[in-house]
Amino acid sequence: MKPMIILEDVDKWYGKNFQVLKSCSLIVSPGEVVVICGPSGSGKSTLIKCVNGLEPVQGGRISVKDMEVTGPRTKLPKLRSHVGMVFQHFDLFPHMTVTENICIGQTRVLGRTQTEAEAKTAALLERVGMSDHARKYPIQLSGGQQQRIAIARALAMDPIAMLFDEPTSALDPEMITEVLDVMVELANEGMTMMVVTHEMGFARKVADRVVFMDGGEVVEDTPKDEFFASPKSQRAVEFLSKILDH
Amino acid sequence: MKGWNWDGFFEYLTNTYILEGAAVTLGLTIAAMTLGVVAGCVVALMRMSPFRILSNIAYFYTWLIRGTPLLVQLIIIYTGLPQIGIKFSVLEATLIGLVMNEAAYLSEIIRSGISSVPKGQSNAARAVGMTDVQMMRYIIAPQAARIIIPPLGNSVNGCLKTTSIASIISMEELLRRTQVLIQEKFMVLELFVVAALYYLLMTTAWDLIQRRIERHFGRGYDIKADAAEQR
Ligand SMILES: Nc1ncnc2c1ncn2[C@@H]1O[C@H](COP(=O)(O)OP(=O)(O)OP(=O)(O)O)[C@@H](O)[C@H]1O
Ligand SMILES: [Mg+2]
Repeated sequence: MKPMIILEDVDKWYGKNFQVLKSCSLIVSPGEVVVICGPSGSGKSTLIKCVNGLEPVQGGRISVKDMEVTGPRTKLPKLRSHVGMVFQHFDLFPHMTVTENICIGQTRVLGRTQTEAEAKTAALLERVGMSDHARKYPIQLSGGQQQRIAIARALAMDPIAMLFDEPTSALDPEMITEVLDVMVELANEGMTMMVVTHEMGFARKVADRVVFMDGGEVVEDTPKDEFFASPKSQRAVEFLSKILDH
Repeated sequence: MKGWNWDGFFEYLTNTYILEGAAVTLGLTIAAMTLGVVAGCVVALMRMSPFRILSNIAYFYTWLIRGTPLLVQLIIIYTGLPQIGIKFSVLEATLIGLVMNEAAYLSEIIRSGISSVPKGQSNAARAVGMTDVQMMRYIIAPQAARIIIPPLGNSVNGCLKTTSIASIISMEELLRRTQVLIQEKFMVLELFVVAALYYLLMTTAWDLIQRRIERHFGRGYDIKADAAEQR
């Protein structure tokens, strides 16, 4: 099957001296769930932001489906409208209600009518279990609720793939499950997903592969069972023992 | 001692000559603020632009305007420039001076409003596929507005009063007309009190308007007000 997301020898620098990504390569097939983990500062967020062009790269090639991300003539807004992204700090639009948050991309970017957008929004709110909160503002919601709205906002665009950057790491422990449940359901429905997370329970349940990053490099890219049973690199072994301990 | 003349006071309170002067003050303020906001946005965006030249020009402009008194600028524009062949009417000179000033002060206000919107917001807007213009219009500007409105409102209040400086180049606004009448009628206190009352009326009216605007842009930030609205 033709790959959905391709990263090929991606290099990225911050400034002249600091290379965040060192020749990173990664392929995600349609319907695959790839979990990315690694120590803080290893470049996970940077890598995932390169996939939808939120961060420019200086070397290598990135493509999503048939769209080149790294080309000079790429229409990034168009590309991004097909790739959903969920952030660590939710980043809902605070001046808009929940419904407006989910509608704005549909009406302004996809050109749907207000009625179409609202119907879609109602269905998505039902799906993430937030129907009762349609008219609230983000500030009135808990972290877990905000993150579920952020997922709905991304899904409203009918994305061909979803990117998650530590979607649960800013949440209180009791809210993590409600967000992971939505993500598991999404994975089971066959959504292509790249997920930066340290939730190894989630990885065990739905990941196809686990990518381990350290110092800007993709150190390991292995099928999930292999990764948990016997990580190849010493660095991954150390990392795993650290996060599985506490 | 002449004492206070009530009849004279009430007569001038409804005098059309003074009333027209007040209308001119109001008109100058509306024009200066509207053009000032537009020009201020341009200066703010230049100042924040990654191109060094643009941001340096913007910096120089605000430095120059904010570092010199409006009174001096008006005199230079109206009385000084004709010396090198550049002539403006009183109204033109007044508007140029006022707009240049508002643009300089407002650009700083607008800039800090825009910078106050967290970086995550622009990433989130881009991630749903918005262009830079859409992001500015639907996401950044409305959030920046909440921060900008209170100091912007102060500027409107200030501008209503600052227009009186243009009386020095014989702009026929409220203060100038009051002075003209005083020359004729010698009711100094009564007429200045009338003028003061008109200024007060206009600044107070603006206060009320400003509060409504603040409430509009405050939505999503005040839990109690939002909850009441949803009922
Ligand atoms: N805008 C930036 N300018 C300069 N350096 C940056 C910038 N953003 C990130 N970095 C640096 O790049 C490195 C990788 O950052 P990144 O956020 O991708 O790491 P991460 O793996 O997501 O870490 P974490 O687990 O803490 O989120 C870090 O050393 C960080 O300090
Ligand atoms: Mg990160």
